[in-house]
Amino acid sequence: MSTILFLILILLSFAVFFIPRSLKYYFTLFLIACIVVLTTFWSLNVFSGRDGQMIVEAPTGFSGGGFLLIIDRLSAFFIIVINITVFTGFLYARGYLAPYQEGSNNLRFSIHYFSYLWLFISMLLVVMVRNGLFFLIAWEIMALSSFFLVIFEAEKRMIMKTGISYLIQMHLGMFFILIAFILVERATGRMNFDSLGIYFSSNPNILLFMLFFIGFAIKAGFIPLHTWLPEAHPAAPSHVSGVMSGVMIKMGIYGIIRVIIYLQHDLLQIGVIIVVISLISSLLGVMMAIVQHDLKRLLAYHSIENIGIIGLGIGTGVIGIATNNKLLTVFGFSGGLLHVLNHSLFKSLLFFSAGSVYRASHTRNIEEMGGLMKKMPYTSLLFLLGSLAICGLPPFNGFISEYLIYMGMFDSLSASNLYQSIMLIIVIAGLSLTGGLAIFCFTKAFGIAFLGEARSEKASNASEVIKSMILPQIIPAIFILLIGLASVWFVKPVTGIVTETFGIPGMMIAPEQVPDSLVKISIISGIFMLFVITLLIYRYYHLKSRTVSAGPTWGCGYTAPSPKQQYTSTSFAYNYNHLAKPLLQTKKIMKDIEQNEIFPAGRTFESQSDDVFRKYIIDKPVGWISELLKKIAMMQTGLIQHYILYAFIFMLVVFLLTYLKII
Amino acid sequence: MTGIILIMLVSFLFPGVILRTKSIASGRKGPGLLQPVYDIGVLLRKGSVFSNTTGLIFQIAPAVALASIFCSALLIPFADQNSVISFDGDFVFFAYLLALGRFFMIIGALDTGSSFEGMGANREALFSMLLEPAFFILMGTFAMLTGYTSFAEIFRHFYISGNQYMLIYGILGFYLLLQIALIENSRLPVDDPKTHLELTMIHEVMILDHSGFDKALIHIGTYIKFAIYGSLIFNGIVPAKWNIFLQIGLFLSIQAMFAIIIGLTESFRARNKMNKNPKFILTLSFIALLAFVVVLILTDKLI
Repeated sequence: MSTILFLILILLSFAVFFIPRSLKYYFTLFLIACIVVLTTFWSLNVFSGRDGQMIVEAPTGFSGGGFLLIIDRLSAFFIIVINITVFTGFLYARGYLAPYQEGSNNLRFSIHYFSYLWLFISMLLVVMVRNGLFFLIAWEIMALSSFFLVIFEAEKRMIMKTGISYLIQMHLGMFFILIAFILVERATGRMNFDSLGIYFSSNPNILLFMLFFIGFAIKAGFIPLHTWLPEAHPAAPSHVSGVMSGVMIKMGIYGIIRVIIYLQHDLLQIGVIIVVISLISSLLGVMMAIVQHDLKRLLAYHSIENIGIIGLGIGTGVIGIATNNKLLTVFGFSGGLLHVLNHSLFKSLLFFSAGSVYRASHTRNIEEMGGLMKKMPYTSLLFLLGSLAICGLPPFNGFISEYLIYMGMFDSLSASNLYQSIMLIIVIAGLSLTGGLAIFCFTKAFGIAFLGEARSEKASNASEVIKSMILPQIIPAIFILLIGLASVWFVKPVTGIVTETFGIPGMMIAPEQVPDSLVKISIISGIFMLFVITLLIYRYYHLKSRTVSAGPTWGCGYTAPSPKQQYTSTSFAYNYNHLAKPLLQTKKIMKDIEQNEIFPAGRTFESQSDDVFRKYIIDKPVGWISELLKKIAMMQTGLIQHYILYAFIFMLVVFLLTYLKII
Repeated sequence: MTGIILIMLVSFLFPGVILRTKSIASGRKGPGLLQPVYDIGVLLRKGSVFSNTTGLIFQIAPAVALASIFCSALLIPFADQNSVISFDGDFVFFAYLLALGRFFMIIGALDTGSSFEGMGANREALFSMLLEPAFFILMGTFAMLTGYTSFAEIFRHFYISGNQYMLIYGILGFYLLLQIALIENSRLPVDDPKTHLELTMIHEVMILDHSGFDKALIHIGTYIKFAIYGSLIFNGIVPAKWNIFLQIGLFLSIQAMFAIIIGLTESFRARNKMNKNPKFILTLSFIALLAFVVVLILTDKLI
């Protein structure tokens, strides 16, 4: 029954094109809400059910009966992650898209809403279907619909270009997954996830896994396959970037976990590979984030960092399976999975509030902002909450997942052998450095953009956005606080998923330890909050009875300060830039003053940092290929005789090769 | 409970001892031991001046910072006794909670819009970021050595193995904790609290605009932070099973020694050049790695 409902809802999505303009948004919202309710109901069923699995079969006769939806606890978890962010994203979209409503045609919005719906549906399908072919179809729909969402402002040349580059990179990833599935199909005769188990039991695992991993990692944004991310996120409208960064890239993570379930051999090597790539991603992701001036691009690089942290959890989990270390397995995977949820919450929150800032100040350049806290208090507070959570600071949700990942590693240190301990300590050091870098990055982003005085006309004219843009952001904000303060409620189901998915019987490991620590974290977080509040209340009454005066900021004797003299984001990152120079290759673009130039003319200064990976992995090879192709273009003469000659040569070659029995 | 009471007690006297040591080393008589406490009293009686540029963040930052320091003090055990709240991985929470306080101090400094405070904020963010791995490697090393993951359990089992290399290990750990404490508290050789040029300050320049009550909170926070690191050092040096009264005596004397070491360092050495600091701080991480290798040998994993 509910399957038919689901199919009807999917089919209804086509009606978006025919609904009158004024109702279009509400109709889409209604559809999304229905699907959210239905699938959340399914996944809650799975969580409460005993066998932890639910099979939703398509009615017989529909698509030959091959279309099966199987929801296990892992899928159910991802469904909930998708539902929260997609729903809040669409609520937010109303206010964000309002300025575009005038003067643009009906079709543009129809396509946008339709693509949004289908991005949602395809993500749900990705986590629910097990058949390889349907999986690939859903994966493809996901790429296409998100492409249409990215190019919402297609009239801008840069955005169109970014969109197409995004589409190409997505298909590159798809290509790897396709090859992997074809290999499985040739070996086992069937093309679905379950046949992976058969394949892995008799063939070398690492090769096929790497194919899947590369395919999924392009979606997830692991370095060095991340190059689409920092381009596509800033180009897309903010609600779309929130959904893409919050949940769509997690589909890559889902794919990786799904494949890991079936692995049989080589687990240690695979775990180490994942850990190394993740560590590089998390460190370099945040390192490149620091030097960005574009707020949304900065957030995009931070997604790479967080994907790296998730990967660290998963990678240590795999090593745990390989070394039969249950503690590491459970902590690693639970930390990784919980970070999937956490990141979807705070990253969507950050993208939404960054979108509000863009709406209000019409710029994404941090250097042009400043003083926004006084103009947009609610947005600023939401952004601050997101920043604190993304830095992994207690008492917010990011801390809980990072804590789990840390604990898995610290707990296994004493029991593991030489190489593992060395690796673990490097990962611990790397993760803590990542934490420090994240704090550096977000104190910069928040401090420069929201605090101090307005740095430009644009910022000083900004005003708080409308309520319909602020209220939806409260949903992720509540979850952030809830997971941070009452972590037990969330960690227990997640460890349940892990123990079931990876066949670890019950909560064999330290049954009391984990919840006990989490409860104590909640208690001390509570004490902390209480302490802050008491102090502030006391401060309020204390200051009431003292003389409080206002004046200018202390300028160390200088009496004519101007907003231009404030620390900029470039100067904030200057020291750091100096240290990270070899990796970031920051360039200064300026003209030196000539020796005999007595009255220097006006000058500009710009600092730019290249994405080293983009430069060497994409731009350079693409350059070589286009050079080569230019030479081949010599053959394109336009003379019909030449073309006939080519055809003749081709036939001759085919004939010769057949004759020599080469083909 | 003894731990937190002792930490609070010591934190009142600690800065006084440093001041006195410095005075004596430079040939002056110096103020009384309780002078810093009187200073706080003065600050509490004063009113406040707020810059027009500042807003909410500037107002709440000192309170959040003090609360974070106070709550992290709750995690510090004393000898054989548990801390007020003790759980697996409490040192992760400890480090991140202190980072939360620092986060607020940094954005509080940026809230003033002053380029001097921006400079201080940036340095604080950079240096504390570089310091983070050293603490985590050290705690990881402790965890590997003892097989436990909370402050209380680690220190309880610290001297049980009875290995004769323990001394090397103890010295490395002591040195690291001392250096981490110095950097965390913005003392020499990374930062000089008594410098008179804003361009060369780190912590002091961040709090240029704070006055009255807020400034008092910041000072109290710094004092408690000293005592916290002092008691970490104490826990690392003194075996947990000794008699409690002896422990208390040793605690007080080690804290006093810690303060005197700081005072003497500040009297007899110059501050690092600012651009040498990153190297100096990163070196600590590598010393921590050295300690890690020592433990690898101790636990028979290597060789």
